[in-house]
Amino acid sequence: MGEFKVHRVRFFNYVPSGIRCVAYNNQSNRLAVSRTDGTVEIYNLSANYFQEKFFPGHESRATEALCWAEGQRLFSAGLNGEIMEYDLQALNIKYAMDAFGGPIWSMAASPSGSQLLVGCEDGSVKLFQITPDKIQFERNFDRQKSRILSLSWHPSGTHIAAGSIDYISVFDVKSGSAVHKMIVDRQYMGASKRKCIVWGVAFLSDGTVISVDSAGKVQFWDSATGTLVKSHLIANADVQSIAVADQEDSFVVGTAEGTVFHFQLVPVTSNSNEKQWVRTKPFQHHTHDVRTVAHSPTALISGGTDTHLVIRPLMEKVEVKNYDAALRKITFPHRCLISCSKKRQLLLFQFAHHLELWRLGSTVATGKNGDTLPLSKNADHLLHLKTKGPENIICSCISPCGSWIAYSTVSRFFLYRLNYEHDNISLKRVSKMPAFLRCALQILFSEDSTKLFVASNQGALHIVQLSGGSFKHLHAFQPQSGTVEAMCLLAVSPDGHWLAASGTSAGVHVYDVKQLKLHCTVPAYNFPVTAMAIAPNTNNLVIAHSDQQVFEYSIPDKQYTDWSRTVQKQGFHHLWLQRDTPITHISFHPKRPMHILLHDAYMFCIIDKSLPLPNDKTLLYNPFPPTNESDVVRRRTAHAFKISKIYKPLLFMDLLDERTLVAVERPLDDIIAQLPPPIKKKKFGT
Amino acid sequence: MAALEEEFTLSSVVLSAGPEGLLGVEQSDKTDQFLVTDSGRTVILYKVSDQKPLGSWSVKQGQIITCPAVCNFQTGEYVVVHDNKVLRIWNNEDVNLDKVFKATLSAEVYRILSVQGTEPLVLFKEGAVRGLEALLADPQQKIETVISDEEVIKWTKFFIVFRHRVLIFITEKHGNYFAYVQMFNSRILTKYTLLLGQDENSVVESFTASVDRKFISLMSLSSDGCIYETLIPIRPTDPEKNQSLVRSLLLKAVVSDNTQNGVALTALDQDHVAVLGSPLAASKECLSVWNIKFQTLQTSKELSQGTSGQVWYYGEHLFMLHGKSLTVIPYKCEVSSLAGALGKLKHSQDPGTHVVPHFVNWETPQGCGLGFQNSEQSRRILRRRKIEVSLQPEVPPSKQLLSTIMKDSEKHIEVEVRKFLALKQTPDFHTVVGDTVTGLLERCKAEPSFYPRNCLMQLIQTHVLSYSLCPDLMEIALKKKDVQLLQLCLQQFPDIPESVTCACLKIFLSIGDDSLQETDVSMESVFDYSNSVHDEKMEEQTEILQNGFNPEEDKCNNCDQELNKKPQDETKESTSCPVVQKRAALLNAILHSAFSETFLLPHLKDIPAQHITLFLKYLYFLYLKCSENATMTLPGIHPPTLNQIMDWICLLLDANFTVVVMMPEAKRLLINLYKLVKSQITVYSELNKIEVSFRELQKLNQEKNNRGLYSIEVLELF
Repeated sequence: MGEFKVHRVRFFNYVPSGIRCVAYNNQSNRLAVSRTDGTVEIYNLSANYFQEKFFPGHESRATEALCWAEGQRLFSAGLNGEIMEYDLQALNIKYAMDAFGGPIWSMAASPSGSQLLVGCEDGSVKLFQITPDKIQFERNFDRQKSRILSLSWHPSGTHIAAGSIDYISVFDVKSGSAVHKMIVDRQYMGASKRKCIVWGVAFLSDGTVISVDSAGKVQFWDSATGTLVKSHLIANADVQSIAVADQEDSFVVGTAEGTVFHFQLVPVTSNSNEKQWVRTKPFQHHTHDVRTVAHSPTALISGGTDTHLVIRPLMEKVEVKNYDAALRKITFPHRCLISCSKKRQLLLFQFAHHLELWRLGSTVATGKNGDTLPLSKNADHLLHLKTKGPENIICSCISPCGSWIAYSTVSRFFLYRLNYEHDNISLKRVSKMPAFLRCALQILFSEDSTKLFVASNQGALHIVQLSGGSFKHLHAFQPQSGTVEAMCLLAVSPDGHWLAASGTSAGVHVYDVKQLKLHCTVPAYNFPVTAMAIAPNTNNLVIAHSDQQVFEYSIPDKQYTDWSRTVQKQGFHHLWLQRDTPITHISFHPKRPMHILLHDAYMFCIIDKSLPLPNDKTLLYNPFPPTNESDVVRRRTAHAFKISKIYKPLLFMDLLDERTLVAVERPLDDIIAQLPPPIKKKKFGT
Repeated sequence: MAALEEEFTLSSVVLSAGPEGLLGVEQSDKTDQFLVTDSGRTVILYKVSDQKPLGSWSVKQGQIITCPAVCNFQTGEYVVVHDNKVLRIWNNEDVNLDKVFKATLSAEVYRILSVQGTEPLVLFKEGAVRGLEALLADPQQKIETVISDEEVIKWTKFFIVFRHRVLIFITEKHGNYFAYVQMFNSRILTKYTLLLGQDENSVVESFTASVDRKFISLMSLSSDGCIYETLIPIRPTDPEKNQSLVRSLLLKAVVSDNTQNGVALTALDQDHVAVLGSPLAASKECLSVWNIKFQTLQTSKELSQGTSGQVWYYGEHLFMLHGKSLTVIPYKCEVSSLAGALGKLKHSQDPGTHVVPHFVNWETPQGCGLGFQNSEQSRRILRRRKIEVSLQPEVPPSKQLLSTIMKDSEKHIEVEVRKFLALKQTPDFHTVVGDTVTGLLERCKAEPSFYPRNCLMQLIQTHVLSYSLCPDLMEIALKKKDVQLLQLCLQQFPDIPESVTCACLKIFLSIGDDSLQETDVSMESVFDYSNSVHDEKMEEQTEILQNGFNPEEDKCNNCDQELNKKPQDETKESTSCPVVQKRAALLNAILHSAFSETFLLPHLKDIPAQHITLFLKYLYFLYLKCSENATMTLPGIHPPTLNQIMDWICLLLDANFTVVVMMPEAKRLLINLYKLVKSQITVYSELNKIEVSFRELQKLNQEKNNRGLYSIEVLELF
């Protein structure tokens, strides 16, 4: 099949931000996740948990609360005191509005979705009316003594519960006055004078208020009388989050020890109508604090400081054993953070606030499979490019020739010209970028590095001509009238003739760059596109979707290729379809037109279109190299999928030349090593 | 145990009973149906279980029935005599007695006697006896006179003894009583004179008789309130001679000697008689059942409305006229025991009501709570089902078993239980086992002597019982100090409350060695420690040198030395088990049982201090045995685990520390335990150190695997 020299790169020092909030939207089956750096990600749970959208973070915007309201409108609030609404179509922030109550700690949308409640540092609870295009301040509730850390609406919308420090208040929404004040016991494993922080509250329709607090307690209160009904001590550390199922028959809490507990309302005895809350299942999928939990109809969702988003299906709710029945742990973003200059063997790493440029090393030695070759030259860290301002980098790209670097934040677009003089590099920023280029969602250079393609968040695609040290705006493909959907993925043909662009939901558009017009649109598919690339010579567009399907579409013929039709007819191997991370990068071998190289986080695969496809009976993964088998056997058992699982977690893999690959790995242990230490638990007695 | 059950009235219709009461109650050819003849003109056929009449026949006005109607068991016809001489024979289909077969006899009839399996006999007032068939062949035949003038027949009874028919009748003449015994096989009539003994002027009020192999036991109730027995030989030695019989006193003062109404006596079985009459002069009339063997009153029932002084007994029913109506009292006599006979015991359980099992059988859905709106309908279905069940001819074995438990002897129950357990596959197995145990225990409670140990053991070993199902079981076993059963319970029951566990522990610790020797406890959990050979025996190190820990610096040094002074003692103590093997087995059962600390602690405080020390010594011994072994386990099939041992040591010390610390004999033990704890802490701190070291090693290992941040490798894809 082929022998490669693989540059195995582990110096991409990427650490995802911790998860702060998750918000589940039942209507669209989407999950919004906010991270401590202010990034907000949208996962489509119907599309194999694909991260289909993201809003870049901002240094001063730590989100403390996230919620869906009015159907599918997403709001967040944070310690800068602002409430923000996100535009899920254009992928930008619609507006930010100061609540004038100091840092906002909590936010809750009313059961009807028409009102928004925020809890502020100064002890105020503010009610906002959601208007079709904005939110409008309505009134304040009775001011409390200390910050409001948690809020929950009664399902009827008449009362709310607010968790503060050492007590929980119940407000009447009509009058805005506190009806009850329930004092939470400070006791923590004996005697402690520390304040008890109510991290979360949940108001049930029967009037029960469930609270979780920093003393490790889950408590049930009767809101009508303001009395404590029941108390569960579940942790030696803080219980930081709570989420209740819509049916109110189960809820989930997360603790600072990394444990998630499932509580269920079960009958006291069989056949009895009397029910009580019972702690049923503990899950330990996190090593650090579980800052937030959500309860979808079929799964418990949790996230925290250890940066993993964990989706734990409730097996009793899952009817068929399929993709949804498996435990999911999402750690890495589903987009590419790395670009590569093949000619100069450079790698550009994108971080939240800086870029790193590395030159790969080299070797003169050769070896056999599995050997580590002695380096004649080690990898060099060439450049550390810090962004200006507090905004996170959205996307970045290095040109194939290695002389251009482009990146974009929400408000600015940066283009740099690199000059290589022996071992010295000089960097020169190209100034006076046009205003329409700001806030690019995706940047791509053409194969010959003469053209720059930019997908802006307004839905337009810009083509920029690069020559010498200057640029010239050539053309902008405007989105079809009426749509403002942002394009997230771009692919250009090596001959520079075709440009393919894909949004989050609509199909893939193919533009003719020479004639500057829309060539065709690939039929829309149910699942979002996770990666695409155009093959050299044939100009076949290969598209990978989040349900692990791979299509090959011939751009000149405007139809699916025969191979693609054969694959669809026969279907992929069941193990192929069961993989749980999306394909994030596709590339091609310059000398072997029948090969497609693609990878996800846990495997790297070369599809050889000339070989027969595997059926469900054949072995998809062949981990051991054939040893004694004759060529006949080998030929008979050989199939199109050549898979290697050596490199994982694999963030990027590309072909540098015919015989050289570059693989960027990010071992989980390295990430954990950079996290704050978890709460220490002793393994043995004493 | 003889018992009278709830009485019931046969008919609300007032019978035209004269001052003498009814003429008679006789069996018909169908069980459960009885012919009642009143003293006027009517014969009524009653079905007792339905409590209603099936038919009624009357003679014409002016005629009077003089002899109670009987059933001819051979033909199924009924026979009655009216106006002393007119014989009528009819059957169920006949409506009017006037129109049925009629035969006028030449002499007056005293009684027609009919028993199953033979033709009825007609006893004439003059003492002559004829078979009915022979009489009907020639109704006007001449009837001879047997008894003398002024001699009156008082009572008669007809038996079949060894397929021979025997008729006995008692006559009276001027205060003298004579008994005539007619043997039909030999046509011999023997006459006996009944001597009344010293109490000559008493009047015999009532007679009854039962037959033994050789004798007719004739019992008589005299006006002095005593019951006398006279044994009449069936085969007379000299039939020609006039023989006298002496009566003997059987029971004294069963009724008061001056009752206004008549008194009556009937034999129920070999040992029991029913007496109708007032036990005290002033009191109301009573029906009492006496055991004549032990001369005890078994049960009695007050009949407040007065009786006619007549009582009949057929099958399981006692018939009498109570007030104006005919009353039936079912009588049952279960297997009698000495204890039961010693006094009248309360009959706690009404056999009519079925005991509801105390637990739900999960395997057969009971369907309660399924749709309340259907309850009416389902009840109807249930009723129908009940009827269907009752129609089934076979009694399910489980029911049989339950009834066996109620009545039979321990041996018999054991056989039945074993039979039942051998079947095992019945769907209601759980229910029946539960019911059986409940039944057995209830009987245990009722009869202190009843203790079906083997049965209980077998039932416990079915694994379907639990403590909550039969809490009485362990209570009884505790009372009886049955350590073997307790051990079995501890092994089998998952839900024994801590108080009961502690009570068991108390008994296990306090029971004497000699009484332990007799018991047969399961020795599974005990290994013979004395002659065991350990393969993996760790070398006993006198001094352990390790980094960071030096036993020399130990504060316990002094006590160490103190202990070292008597090394012989120590070795002896550590090698020999402080309790006998059987006790060790029992204590191991306690160690294995589940408990909750908070509930157990208060009960542990009640155990005497010397027992605590003994138990602690045993636990310490087990610990030493454990630590001898490299795997930290005890030999044997099901030994206590190290955790169990440690838990119990902690618990015992927690509960009784202040007591134990004051005891001089416990001092050495406490010092040993103190050392033990210290060594445990050392072990754990060492483990923590090892953990840290391993983690460092792991880190080193990872770094080696990492091969740096950058490498160029060769990959070949196949």
